[in-house]
Amino acid sequence: MSKTDFPLSIDSRPVYGVFEMRAGKHHLMIADAEGAEALLDLATAAPADLWAKTHIIYIPKTTGKKYLGKLQALSPDQFYAGPSYEAAKQRIADTFSKAHMGLQVYLAGTEGLMGQAMYAATSAGIPHTAIQTEHRGSTARRMQCVHCKGITEDVTHDPFICSHCGLNLFVRDHYSRRMAAFQGVCIDAEDPGNVPKSVGLFK
Amino acid sequence: MSAGTAKLNVTVAEVKPINDLVTRFKFIRTDGGELPTFSGGAHTVVEMQDDGFTRLNPYSLMSDPADRDAYMISVRRDDQGRGGSKFMHSKVAEGLEMVISNPVNLFSLDLRAKKHLMIAGGIGITPFMAQMQQLAATNGHFELHYSVRTASLGSYAEQLSERFPNRVNIYHDDLGQAIDLENLLIGQPLGTHIYICGPKGMIDWVRGKAAALGWPREAIHYEEFLAPASGKPFEVRLAISNKTIQVGENQSLLEALEANDVDAPYLCRGGACGQCETAVVECDGELIHRDHWLSDEQHRAGKLIMPCVSRFDGKTLVLDR
Repeated sequence: MSKTDFPLSIDSRPVYGVFEMRAGKHHLMIADAEGAEALLDLATAAPADLWAKTHIIYIPKTTGKKYLGKLQALSPDQFYAGPSYEAAKQRIADTFSKAHMGLQVYLAGTEGLMGQAMYAATSAGIPHTAIQTEHRGSTARRMQCVHCKGITEDVTHDPFICSHCGLNLFVRDHYSRRMAAFQGVCIDAEDPGNVPKSVGLFK
Repeated sequence: MSAGTAKLNVTVAEVKPINDLVTRFKFIRTDGGELPTFSGGAHTVVEMQDDGFTRLNPYSLMSDPADRDAYMISVRRDDQGRGGSKFMHSKVAEGLEMVISNPVNLFSLDLRAKKHLMIAGGIGITPFMAQMQQLAATNGHFELHYSVRTASLGSYAEQLSERFPNRVNIYHDDLGQAIDLENLLIGQPLGTHIYICGPKGMIDWVRGKAAALGWPREAIHYEEFLAPASGKPFEVRLAISNKTIQVGENQSLLEALEANDVDAPYLCRGGACGQCETAVVECDGELIHRDHWLSDEQHRAGKLIMPCVSRFDGKTLVLDR
């Protein structure tokens, strides 16, 4: 099962929904890994003509070819599959720069993917409340070290070691929309070396 | 009285007829000082002392928001109205001292927008006059589509076309010209916000079309001040003030509260801002809701009323005021 019930947390922590069909002449769907399932679920309820107006940008990550065939079978107007969000960034920026009002944006998959695409969409001028999100798959987090500002992707353990500066970081629910990352704060600043045992909190 | 916002004592510096229906009024501070700055889209509430009766009508400020020497408003004469616009047209002359409220903005620009698309009908042009001057001064990206009945009734149309030739589009009803709304909306770049000020039919038309084309609610802004409608007189019991008051045929409930020295909050006096929202303690009869602040559900529930525009028909109404 690719769905997760996140516990209630501070206001800063993003919350995700379930896709619904919205009116629009153009639809942009950006998904990674199990996020494909959210698009396929939408397909069961969506009118048949939706896909001819849809651009899908998909990053399979560890799921490999598992969902590729099913997504392509939807016959979207444009379909792109690529190795990473970074690799897709140009295409996403280009799509937003040529888009018109009325574009519907759907983001599905991991928090790191949705957060980064959300930032791109809001920077392009779409109000964040008008962008649909649906979490699927891994709960591993994209973390920013508040000390060196380096980003560590796919963090599964708390505390963890910053992949840039090597500090022991505590995983907070405090989230930055601009960085599209949760905040990691040094856990042993007062008493260097006194680090609690790292626990696998995210999968 | 603490209701509304702080008041300004002003003197009418100019009364200028613009066309058969619209007259422009210029106010300067009576004490000669500077007026508060405002942002495009703001309105002021003008107090009119009309034969022992105080009228309070909101009008959009149309002057340059950066100009602190004077405010300007334009008033369209409404012969079917309750008399406020007729008072402005017939009784207000240069040199008259008046009281107006500090500016309040319920129709401000969303400065996160990458482009501002303005749609005006008739006298609905006034808030955009201030907004366009604000945007012109800050290098903002905007475009106006302005629908008028005839060229001679198109207030400021010529002046705007001259100043912003590439940004202003005028449509004349009598020549059968109409905004090609669907194509206009479809062609807008991402990050455009839409602003509508005009008759209710126009606001509903644009909002409906934009929603059908998938525009986000947050990118659609509109201003629609309702003038309080006349209606059957009724009696209201005020639980906190411990008074029973009569609301006259041509008086709004809010005006009746004020006439009886009950301190009732307000800002827009037109059913839009929510400031005067009042709890209904007891109601035996029908609340005649006319605002667009409360939701349909709240209207049906009958626990709240907006005294600036709504009325009552029935036996007993008790308000928490």
